Amino acid sequence: MAERERLLTPPLGGVFVARAQVMTAEDVSRATTRIAHEVAERNHGLDDLVLVGLQTGGVPLARRVADALETAYGQAVPVGSLDVAFYRDDIGLRPVLPEAVTNIPWDLTGLTVVLVDDVFFTGRTVRAALNALADHGRARSVQLAVMVDRGHRELPIRPDFVGKNLPTRRDEMVDVSASGVMLGDVVVK
Amino acid sequence: MTSLLAVEDLGATGIREVLRLADSFVEVSERAIPRVPALRGRTVATVFFEDSTRTRLSFETAAKRLSADTMTFSVSTSSVNKGESLRDTVETVAAMGIDAMIVRHRSAGVPWQVSRWIDASIINAGDGWHEHPTQALLDCYTVRQALGRDDPFPGLRVAIVGDIKHSRVARSNVAAFSALGARVTLVAPPTLMPPSLEGWPVEVSHDLDAVLADTDVVYLLRIQAERMNEALFPSLREYSARYGMTRERAGRLCSSALIMHPGPMNRGVEIAAEVSSLPNSLITRQVTNGVAVRMAVLFRLLGAPEASEALVAHA
Repeated sequence: MAERERLLTPPLGGVFVARAQVMTAEDVSRATTRIAHEVAERNHGLDDLVLVGLQTGGVPLARRVADALETAYGQAVPVGSLDVAFYRDDIGLRPVLPEAVTNIPWDLTGLTVVLVDDVFFTGRTVRAALNALADHGRARSVQLAVMVDRGHRELPIRPDFVGKNLPTRRDEMVDVSASGVMLGDVVVK
Repeated sequence: MTSLLAVEDLGATGIREVLRLADSFVEVSERAIPRVPALRGRTVATVFFEDSTRTRLSFETAAKRLSADTMTFSVSTSSVNKGESLRDTVETVAAMGIDAMIVRHRSAGVPWQVSRWIDASIINAGDGWHEHPTQALLDCYTVRQALGRDDPFPGLRVAIVGDIKHSRVARSNVAAFSALGARVTLVAPPTLMPPSLEGWPVEVSHDLDAVLADTDVVYLLRIQAERMNEALFPSLREYSARYGMTRERAGRLCSSALIMHPGPMNRGVEIAAEVSSLPNSLITRQVTNGVAVRMAVLFRLLGAPEASEALVAHA
């Protein structure tokens, strides 16, 4: 789940106040293209590959990576979405977004899955995503692409493809959108 | 919200939330492995003092698909037959350590009373003539799904036909559909209408044929022989002739109209056998959706509310 929705959803009800722009829209676009090429390089092509965006922030990003792959290699890669709310270990600590629905209409057995998320933080979302993926079949391998790795891992999980490594304080917030990446704070009213 | 005793507990916002949440659980139910670990370690007890097929199985399936543990209490095999009181019975079940109790009883108000005795979340699975809130939620969900729009309810014309007087399903559906903005018409012979409809946001008709053409959803209720102690209509045949959904009446509905029934059906009484299998009949889908909607209700009660507290505490 995107940090933005998670933190700004009632009852926390904070407001994101941006402090600095870390990546411009062009930076994000270039990083997306680079990630696409790295994905193709690592997997020696795009056969048996699917992209799965994590709800909600990873979903548009997964589509952009797929577009970049199609532009570069002329091959369409299927894009799914995954909502991990029901797999979290901190269920009950976070609000569930009813609009975020899982859409993985394939058996993943034998496929290579690239999970895509906007911000990589504690690793708990990805842990939940790995459990969720297992219910859709036994993927041949699962890789992780993120736009921003902001550190503060709580689990032994690392990304395979990173847009930008961004050192942050724990209480800061990173917001990824079409217009770029902002670093700021959540101000609770 | 810690319990669901009546549709009113949710309000229009809560109903919409449950319906949207149910979308996620419909997706879960369609998977090869239709199970998520959301309520792992929670225990849900179904405590039914009245017979049930679909409601109990639906709740148990919902709890299992959320990875909760389930306990089943049936009055026929319990110490109630040795004279144990209602209070002692539910307190005994609660003492085993449960997070939610799903209660059905022939007397109105029992779930509310039970909620004052024990700490677990209580879900009303039908109390006498009073309410059956999860039925109304799954009916709203089924209508929304069939019409393919997020909010098809404003101005939607819903006719609820049959034994309104003895029907908890009718009461909950009137509350839910009208909260969402639908226009509800009750259709029944005067003897099957409640003694007073004061404060009900409904229109009333005694003539099914007159409302057929102007209805988007026809909701047929079961003739509840077990709750009738007096002769409220001359015969089942006469009821069927005037209020039954026959093949011929189904043909006079507008082409997009939906036919619903909460089950169990008295085929040939309130609904003709062949009508229940028409393409615009949603009766099977109601049962299927019941599981997803009850998953949403259980998840909302046992998964989400602590969320709010924890988040407020952390903030």
